[in-house]
Amino acid sequence: MNSALYPVAVFFAAIFTNNILLTNYLGMCSFLSVSKELKTSLGLGAAVTFVMAITTVLNWLVYYYLLLPLGLDYLRFIVFIIVIAAFVQVVEMIIERVSEQLYAALGIFLPLITVNCAILGASLFMVIRDYDLLASFAFGIGSGLGWFLAILAMAGIRQKMAKAKVPKGLEGAGITLIITGMMALAFMGFSGILNLS
Amino acid sequence: MKGKAKKVFMDPLGANNPVFAQILGICSTLAVTNVVKNTVVMTLGLTFTTTLSSLTISALRKLIPSRIRMMVETLIIATYVIIVDIVLRAFLPDIWQQLGPYVGLIITNCIVMGRTEAFALSNPPGLSLIDGLSSGLGYTYVLLIIAFFRELLGSGSIWGISVLGSQWTNWSIMIMPPGAFFMLAVFIWVVKGKILPGEEKK
Repeated sequence: MNSALYPVAVFFAAIFTNNILLTNYLGMCSFLSVSKELKTSLGLGAAVTFVMAITTVLNWLVYYYLLLPLGLDYLRFIVFIIVIAAFVQVVEMIIERVSEQLYAALGIFLPLITVNCAILGASLFMVIRDYDLLASFAFGIGSGLGWFLAILAMAGIRQKMAKAKVPKGLEGAGITLIITGMMALAFMGFSGILNLS
Repeated sequence: MKGKAKKVFMDPLGANNPVFAQILGICSTLAVTNVVKNTVVMTLGLTFTTTLSSLTISALRKLIPSRIRMMVETLIIATYVIIVDIVLRAFLPDIWQQLGPYVGLIITNCIVMGRTEAFALSNPPGLSLIDGLSSGLGYTYVLLIIAFFRELLGSGSIWGISVLGSQWTNWSIMIMPPGAFFMLAVFIWVVKGKILPGEEKK
């Protein structure tokens, strides 16, 4: 593939064909518990996209300029999670100082993000798939947006569905999983557009 | 004491199961269950991690400052996950490659974090060990059931050995992502709708 277009392809693949939630099942915990309302999922989705885009780049730099030269790549789990936790903490402090409004909107979601497996997952995928710096950034942003898209769609469906009658035993998680499955089916329709190994 | 230990052990296996009752650790439940072999390896890794990290954190609980406890917990969990990762890479490289990032993602698996946060921080090491172990086992058997049906219907085989014969048409949707979501939903439906209410009546 044309190397200039490669990051663009990675970006769209991360949103549609390799959606991090619908094909790699990452970030399910917060997806299932926070997708009840449009407003909260907007906040969480935005926070995830932002943190994911930046931490994939940070972790790329740390991995290729620090861990690999020192032969410490087996420590990447610990280092990645520290980078993510530290970044989230710093962002939380900055937002708190700079804008009260933004803090009220995003602040409560930030601690949740440290343990969101999609963030760590994006960094691990970036290493496994050998992305370069630009492609990693595109992958981080694309994955974040893909997750955002999925949770937003789910929140919209669940709001409409709030008054529907659900069979016994399927309420809550069960029906949400079935809808997620249908969304995954729909997203499989994109799979012919781009093919990234 | 003995009665309490038994209750701690039985709870995550039945009504308080981490997967179908508390809906935790769903990512790996969906991701690794397309083949039984990978599932067994993954559940062993998770049980190892959750048992030992519960024990360690419980032993250290009076020394951990509460403000940074999440960080300390994560680091302890990550240490055990690295051990699992290195062992798998050395002895089972094929499966290690197929599991990909999901071994590393045990760190953010909500079951491990949830048990240390909810149980190990306020209970003695012995009980925490039992709690961690039985949470791991509760996760294990649910995953094995799901993996059994997904591999059977999706590839017509169990543990890589064909059992349904050549006339069987594979439901390839079962080993793809939508099948994982549907299978877990059906499992939760059956357990919550049929099995759990029956137990309460007894």
